[in-house]
Amino acid sequence: MTAALRFDPIRLPEKCEQLRKEVRAFLAEEIAAGTFDPHKPNREDADAPEFSRRVGAKGWLGMTWPKKYGGQERSFLERYVVTEEMRVANAPTRRFFVADRQSGPVLLKYAPEHIKMDILPRICRGEICFAIGMSEPNSGSDLFAAKTRATKTDGGYLINGTKIWTSSAHIADYMIAIFRTSPPTKENRRHGLTQFLVKMKQPGIKVNPIGQITGQYEFNEVVFTDFFVPDDHVLGEVDGAWKQATSELAYERSGPERFLETYYVLTELVRAVGPNPDTRSAEGIGRLVAQLHTMRRMSVSVAGMLQAGKEPVVEASIVKDIGTVWEQQLPHRVRDLAAFVEETATNRETLERQLDFAIKTAPKLTIQGGTTEVLRGIIARGLGLR
Amino acid sequence: MAESDNIVVETAEKIFADLADPQTINNDRKDSWQAPLWQALSEAGLPLSWVPDDLGGSGASLADGFALLNAAGRFAVAVPLAETMLAGWLLAQAKITSPEGEMTVLPASPKDRITLDADGAVSGRARGVPFAKAAKHFAVLAHGKDGVSIALVDAANARIETGLNVGYDHSDTVTLDKVQPVTIKPAKGFDQTNLMLMGGVARSLQIAGALESMLDISVRYSNERVAFEKKISKFQAVQHNLARLAGESAAALAAATSAADAIANAKAFDDEVYLEAASAKIRCAEAAEKGGAIAHQVHGAIGFTMEHILHRYSLRALAWRDDFGSESHWAVELGKLVANRGADELWPLVASR
Repeated sequence: MTAALRFDPIRLPEKCEQLRKEVRAFLAEEIAAGTFDPHKPNREDADAPEFSRRVGAKGWLGMTWPKKYGGQERSFLERYVVTEEMRVANAPTRRFFVADRQSGPVLLKYAPEHIKMDILPRICRGEICFAIGMSEPNSGSDLFAAKTRATKTDGGYLINGTKIWTSSAHIADYMIAIFRTSPPTKENRRHGLTQFLVKMKQPGIKVNPIGQITGQYEFNEVVFTDFFVPDDHVLGEVDGAWKQATSELAYERSGPERFLETYYVLTELVRAVGPNPDTRSAEGIGRLVAQLHTMRRMSVSVAGMLQAGKEPVVEASIVKDIGTVWEQQLPHRVRDLAAFVEETATNRETLERQLDFAIKTAPKLTIQGGTTEVLRGIIARGLGLR
Repeated sequence: MAESDNIVVETAEKIFADLADPQTINNDRKDSWQAPLWQALSEAGLPLSWVPDDLGGSGASLADGFALLNAAGRFAVAVPLAETMLAGWLLAQAKITSPEGEMTVLPASPKDRITLDADGAVSGRARGVPFAKAAKHFAVLAHGKDGVSIALVDAANARIETGLNVGYDHSDTVTLDKVQPVTIKPAKGFDQTNLMLMGGVARSLQIAGALESMLDISVRYSNERVAFEKKISKFQAVQHNLARLAGESAAALAAATSAADAIANAKAFDDEVYLEAASAKIRCAEAAEKGGAIAHQVHGAIGFTMEHILHRYSLRALAWRDDFGSESHWAVELGKLVANRGADELWPLVASR
């Protein structure tokens, strides 16, 4: 039967609750000091380098990594708590989040020792920002269609081609990217891709901004022209990146950031309806809270699987599928219910401003980190349908 | 199937597999499977799982009992196992010994009230009482002027108007007219909401189990059925539908087992348990609707026939939405709780476990 799809009801251990208090206190101080406004998700938070450093100083970056690389050797569950508290508070995490979630673990697994010693402690201190170079023009969700070439040359590779939809490339210090080192084989179209560590802000890389429908700027096109990457920046197996890239994506799919991106509109709705809601508002809020609670329990459960050393690829895909569809629908459900909010609600303007932004954010949520269609394909594979 | 080291669940699954094979039951027009199944379950002590040894039960843990209900849902058995377990549990709250035989609980809806008169008789009407027709005794929660009492009532003293729920199981209206209970005791610190939450979680586990089976038989069917010269499992649209069914099934199971775990480990029915239990009932009911629709879609017309077993799961899952408070009821109540605690307390509540 469907034994693979159990989400055991794990509870966060006591030390997570202590940590949660510390994170909340820290964020309250930052808000009081004016670092960010939790009611304004629609800001450019790329330029919060000092906040990154303060988070690093708290020991909340690279939390699960070995101490010799600057990590804390703490659990996935502790990291989970930090992530969800940051997200719920709308903290400016963009500068460090990708490195903490994804790039660091890739380096830990595949980079040579001297590179680990150089880069990982700087991630942990919140000093550097990473981007992920996967999509290309005309490849998108089809990772294996990537064409950007890495041609072997003396002491390294020359890169030519274009990556696209690359979040934060304009502020990133490094990018972990996949490039084509040889053509796909007939037997395996996934063959021929290699993962590289790319040092940004060097000649041969041009970063072109792409505006988003939210009015923000986060995406980029990144053009490589005879860009040199040294041999020791190859990550893992030459021509074998497809295995690495897919396991990397599992980190990206089940975390609290995959259902909390528009959460703020729900809080703001609860504030607007006040302590004695009408029946329609109460029912709407109750359903949304039940759905949120269930997804979070599933997501915590997957964090527990990761902590136990499992590779919950299908489970992570299910959490992301349900989670991103939910966070996409949330602004629209809140909008329905906001029609019944009294004109006199003190936060009415804030709610409307947030809804405007969340509705514009929503279309991307089921695309980033793997489209819904790709995820459902992975789940179908897990069910033995393909 | 859950790879269970839980002896209660293992015992139950063996009995279900031997005596409650859905195909056999489906083809049995005389319901001749019911008596041997109930006898086997009773001999194994399963209906009184939640009753301590000294009150006539087998004293299994709450956790084991919840796992048993999930297994019962996977077989969608039409015997009052969950109802007798709940009744035994309710009686045990007031230290009342459970009798042998089938039982059910009342009220089974948050809107109904049974009252306790000054002379110790109980009166009132309870609608949608599952398996009332089959029960020999009722465990009754009654409101008196000094608070809540729990009573064991002989079913022969009640008036029962029979009805069927959407899943073709008995869902009856029970009227008690100044009935003297067999036993009645005050239940300090207990209230009707606790009973509804407990019943709701029981139903959530059954719904989750039914969805697990619906996923299982739908996947199997899609790998057998050929249309347009291909197995239908090879069509991307069918794959995506089944992926969504897997998601609904997983969400229902996660919500239900989390709520069961919360009740099994909590000292009281506090706000966190309320969030867990109400959420489970809401989310599982939503999953029953969405998941059941997909299972039928995958099966095409064959799943709409009485000859096929799909309805045993899909209709029951839909019916179970209504017992112990529908999802609409709990959504309103949970929404009120959240609003009353205030916006800044929402996240701390959700993140409390």
